[in-house]
Amino acid sequence: MTNTKKRLNAVAEGGFWFFVMMLPMLVGYVLLSVVVGMAGIGLGLLAIPPTALYLRWLADLRRTKVRQWRGVEIPDPYRAPPRFEEGFAGYWHRIRFHGTDPAFWRDGAWVVVDPLVGSLIAILPLALVLNGVWGFGISLFWDVLVRNGFNDWYTFVHVHAGNEGLRWAPTAVGVLEVAIGLAFAPALLNAHARWSRLLLAPTPAQVEARLKHLTDTRADALDTQAAELRRIERDLHDGAQARLVAMGMHLNAASQLLEKNPEAAQKLLLEARDSSAKALSELRDLVRGIHPPVLADRGLVDAVRALALDSALEVEVVADVPGRQDAPLESAAYFAVSEALANTAKHAHASRVWIDMRVAGGLLKITVTDNGIGGADASRGSGLRGIERRLATFDGILALSSPQGGPTVVTMELPCASSSPKTSFSSGTA
Amino acid sequence: MRVVLAEDLFLLRDGMIRLLEAYGFEIAAAVADGPALVTALVEHRPDVAVVDVRMPPTFTDEGLRAVLEARQVVPGLPVLVLSQYVEQLYATELLADGAGAIGYLLKDRVFDSDSFVDAVRRVAAGGTVMDPEVISKLLARGVRKEPLAVLTDREREVLGLMAEGRSNAAIAERLVVTERAIAKHTSNIFLKLGLPESSDDNRRVLAVLAYLKS
Repeated sequence: MTNTKKRLNAVAEGGFWFFVMMLPMLVGYVLLSVVVGMAGIGLGLLAIPPTALYLRWLADLRRTKVRQWRGVEIPDPYRAPPRFEEGFAGYWHRIRFHGTDPAFWRDGAWVVVDPLVGSLIAILPLALVLNGVWGFGISLFWDVLVRNGFNDWYTFVHVHAGNEGLRWAPTAVGVLEVAIGLAFAPALLNAHARWSRLLLAPTPAQVEARLKHLTDTRADALDTQAAELRRIERDLHDGAQARLVAMGMHLNAASQLLEKNPEAAQKLLLEARDSSAKALSELRDLVRGIHPPVLADRGLVDAVRALALDSALEVEVVADVPGRQDAPLESAAYFAVSEALANTAKHAHASRVWIDMRVAGGLLKITVTDNGIGGADASRGSGLRGIERRLATFDGILALSSPQGGPTVVTMELPCASSSPKTSFSSGTA
Repeated sequence: MRVVLAEDLFLLRDGMIRLLEAYGFEIAAAVADGPALVTALVEHRPDVAVVDVRMPPTFTDEGLRAVLEARQVVPGLPVLVLSQYVEQLYATELLADGAGAIGYLLKDRVFDSDSFVDAVRRVAAGGTVMDPEVISKLLARGVRKEPLAVLTDREREVLGLMAEGRSNAAIAERLVVTERAIAKHTSNIFLKLGLPESSDDNRRVLAVLAYLKS
């Protein structure tokens, strides 16, 4: 992009923020006034959720455009929303959730202050350019203006009948204004971007809370991983490795017996063969526990279908998950479902299970519902706690509803960015 | 008998070629990836194919997909699929077209060359051979699901052996009863599963499919 084009773009951006966005910002201001002004009579509370969503939309638009145009990264400070129930109780939770989110009130402050500061910074280059052009207009139409009794100042030039000699002075001043407007446009728009970041980026306290969450879940993830590695090491040591040693011994003995006692040698060879089959079978089980083959081959949905087929319970799987997810996320979701299913088989006295998986709004939602006796308690079962910890690494959450008498519903949510669908291969010649 | 072999690991491919040739099979083609397998199957139309599941280029379920694709062009093409793992899901996909002539075995079954070659021949003859591990998993978890809940324990046992690809005579020998008794069991199984009158081979495939899906 040439220098001039960059400057013109900056001027246009300023125009966008002032002329296009001013009205939507004002609407936000009005909504906020309703929230604050009518808080006393309760109406204000009801307006919180729509206002919060609207302000968030406005702020996100600013964040995206500022990143696109100015390269200034503004992280968003919002808390991840939980799952809200339907109906009045759900709406009340929404009000509480948004009302207590500091990010909502900071958006509110932004919508009040920004029109007075941000918009003025943004419009300055365009205002200078337009005023400069107006100076040229005055020089051109001096006669017409004066004949119609026009008598005014353009900047410091007095425009009136006796001042004809200064006819081209407004043009000169105007050119200067355009030049200044263009010269400072990028700097001013950069300042506007930094101003936006000041108001819209997370505060240090928010960053710190996030940091603590990340540190905790990372420690959990590392613990889990270390325990997994220990288990794998032990399984290999006691299983496949031991079998291979036995195999070697059998083969050695067989080779020594081969001439003197072929029958005994034959028996040992068969034992060696059995050892190798057992070692293979143990390795298979081990790999299944690390990364199930169907998960690697087909992804989450088919892997859960395979789980359903293997389960002793009648399991129905409904899925709307496009393409493949990130491998670590798929794995976490798979083992979470597997654990939930195992829990159901062990404790719920259920005969049927329904698994529903779908991706919507950047979330992978999985519900596992059974027709069992209920009464499951997340704080007592180590299985559910394990799933919860595993999901937390991905900022995922688990909710359990299990009244006495059932049914039990386990709901899991994981933020996800669906990757592109796996490319299928053609059957052309190799 | 002409065989197309698909296996990407050179050592295993080489070993399989020797094994099959030693038992009098003729190797029509030996390929090492999915697309080449589809081409070879459609071109050579072998009496039977022996296929590894995981192959290049994606190293996932390449072989399985290639087999399903080839069987759309050549319906009922006999295929014995070998894998490090046996999955019920894949077994049902292989049998889903109801044409039979499908084997699905763990790779280690090759160790016992006699029974492995026997399985290849049974698949070539249109039979269905499921790995005992698939069957034992099904038996171990018990059968609470429809439609198999209506079968007696003995009938389920017979169905399991049927899924492993055994003939009525072999099942009779295994359970130490007469072949007539087994024939009675099998016709009861077909009746209870609501399988329509058709050739015995076809009903056996459908019964095994119902069994795997249970």
